[in-house]
Amino acid sequence: MTTRIYVPCDSAALAVGADEVAALIAAEAARRGLDIAVVRNGTRGLLWLETLVEVETPQGRTGFGPVDAADVPGLFDAGWASGHPLALGLVEEIPYLARQQRLTFARIGITEPRSLADYLAHDGYRGLRNALALAPAEIVATVTASGLRGRGGAAFPTGIKWNTVLKAPGTEKYIVCNADEGDSGTFADRIIMESDPFVLVEGMTIAGIAVGATRGYIYVRSEYPHAIARLEGAIAVARHHGYLGADVLGSGRAFELEVRKGAGAYICGEETALLESVEGKRGIVRAKPPLPALAGLFGKPTVINNVLSLATVPVILDKGAAYYQDYGMGRSRGTLPVQLAGNIKQGGLIELAFGVTLREILYGYGGGSASGRPIKAVQVGGPLGAYLPESQWDTPLDYEAFAALWAVLGHGGIVVHDDRADMAKLARYAMEFCAIESCGKCTPCRIGSTRGVEVIDKIRTGAQPVQQIHLLRDLCDTMLNGSLCAMGGMTPYPVLSALNHFPQDFGQPDTSRHAA
Amino acid sequence: MPAVANPAVDTPSVQATQAAVDDILAELFARLGDRQDQLLPMLHGLQDSAGYIPPDRVPAIAAHFNLSRAEVHGVITFYHYFRTEPPPRCVVQVCRAEACQSMGSDSLLEHAERTLGCGLHGRSADGAFGLEPVYCLGQCASAPALTINEAVFARVSPARFDALMAAAMPREAV
Ligand SMILES: Cc1cc2nc3c(=O)[nH]c(=O)nc-3n(C[C@H](O)[C@H](O)[C@H](O)COP(=O)(O)O)c2cc1C
Ligand code: SF4
Ligand code: FES
Repeated sequence: MTTRIYVPCDSAALAVGADEVAALIAAEAARRGLDIAVVRNGTRGLLWLETLVEVETPQGRTGFGPVDAADVPGLFDAGWASGHPLALGLVEEIPYLARQQRLTFARIGITEPRSLADYLAHDGYRGLRNALALAPAEIVATVTASGLRGRGGAAFPTGIKWNTVLKAPGTEKYIVCNADEGDSGTFADRIIMESDPFVLVEGMTIAGIAVGATRGYIYVRSEYPHAIARLEGAIAVARHHGYLGADVLGSGRAFELEVRKGAGAYICGEETALLESVEGKRGIVRAKPPLPALAGLFGKPTVINNVLSLATVPVILDKGAAYYQDYGMGRSRGTLPVQLAGNIKQGGLIELAFGVTLREILYGYGGGSASGRPIKAVQVGGPLGAYLPESQWDTPLDYEAFAALWAVLGHGGIVVHDDRADMAKLARYAMEFCAIESCGKCTPCRIGSTRGVEVIDKIRTGAQPVQQIHLLRDLCDTMLNGSLCAMGGMTPYPVLSALNHFPQDFGQPDTSRHAA
Repeated sequence: MPAVANPAVDTPSVQATQAAVDDILAELFARLGDRQDQLLPMLHGLQDSAGYIPPDRVPAIAAHFNLSRAEVHGVITFYHYFRTEPPPRCVVQVCRAEACQSMGSDSLLEHAERTLGCGLHGRSADGAFGLEPVYCLGQCASAPALTINEAVFARVSPARFDALMAAAMPREAV
């Protein structure tokens, strides 16, 4: 009987040599006359173990990792047995994975991303079938009842956004998926697109049916060529099998989908800048109102949602609003795909109900820093998110709890820094990033960020530190209150949190420890 | 670290002749139509095939979309990805974002600068290598990361960098 060996084809696995591992496994098997089929699955999200090779056994899939090409002959010599130093046992029982609550990511790593048959065999397209039996307002009501809030950053309730578009007059409406994922420390969108692209296609189709839109665009950043290829493949296959097109599954409803490639501009993740970019213009932020829900792409009512928001819709329509909203805490319902990155021993994707603490993520899952040194600061929510010192790590992951700390959850990205991090340098980087990536429309952001770099440089060289720190706070205040969008409006989060929690790195006396 | 498996690395960046650029443009104009929302796909198509967006073709592009030259120029320059000069044979992009910084991307960049003999945004003396920044490749859990002619590599130590460079430029690198 053929033994199936799984080798991920997610770009994180490819980036550490998975293609070569796969080729060598096939070659070794042939040389030894073994009956083996190499299957290219998605990633499990246990990224420190990539390349994570899995072997099908009667008990389930057993894992080996991280496997380098050089390890392959030895793994064959050892018969892929549990005694091998790289053996991990049954993959589903690895605590990091077993303790997760995977709803949006239920299929990743298990299925073959290219295979529609595999998608269907693992509950794929059940959500769309249910949706097609409902009236549009009922679909929207289900999404509203699930409590799903936008996962792209602002955490706005998805159902309410959809309802606005549903009620907006006109027959020409659009679904736009924000797959710009520019935040450092985030890769959940990438993993969805590369490892389970059909779930995003399904989610967007449901959105289209729900609000009466017949066309959708997925705006993917140019840094993700692999994700673009996977999505285009999935769209072609879905269309070929009647899941997209003029008559979706014979329902008489039309929905078409297209991928648009970004071009290396962080600001194009902001929803109105993204719409400008899809229209073929520079990614300059639009003033709101009007909301995109009323006047969005080409001036028409538009749903614009993050990849994770849209990819979560199928499971909600499959299992029901109550099932989803039973997870979570407070007003943060369902699960949050946490992305653990930076200086951490076990980085990867962790999907959990809201409410788990940062400390549990850092140590219970992450296993502490990669360097083995003490963790100093943790930035949550991308380059515009605050730096959290140890005194704040018992905060539960919950939108409101983070807001109370003057911090954000954003897209769920967590970047860990060990005790060698220079927080003044990181604050400078935040200002510099804003200066490079500002769309230029408003002065506080465009000019303020450039001045911010200069002021921090003066602080770091010790010139007039008291006056300069005063100036920096003033500047941040202007950016916070005077910017049109969150690019300028949130750059003060990393800057001021670094200054407030780590004053010693700015040449100031350390008061925080004594105060705590 | 064994040899590089990704074929993209061995493919030198394309550079088309003048006549070829005209053919590429004609094909793109015919295929994409003249709605302004096709401007970015058009620029991507041109850069993918010609290696860059020749500034002397801006008037033709503007005319095709019924835009001013300034508008097209404005779009091209707004986006970091578009280049208006032929690329070097081998473009190395080092991630400069926070997660990679936390795993030593600063010293990786210094190593790359020393090895290639140029700074960020610069080119090696023989013109074959170019060094550029990039702000996150979505490989933040396997930092530091970089790309070589768009192929992504993660957990890149200085030693792995040297091996990748040797594989990327088998003939030039002696
Ligand atoms: C500077 C800036 C960058 C952003 N980048 C992204 C991004 O990369 N992906 C994303 O989904 N949302 C991003 N957002 C948030 C979007 O503007 C918008 O809130 C989101 O796409 C809405 O989708 P959701 O309701 O599903 O979260 C960004 C916002 C700002 C201000
Ligand atoms: S805050 Fe910055 S990015 Fe946002 S609109 Fe103003 S200039 Fe543009
Ligand atoms: S920060 Fe370098 S890959 Fe994300």
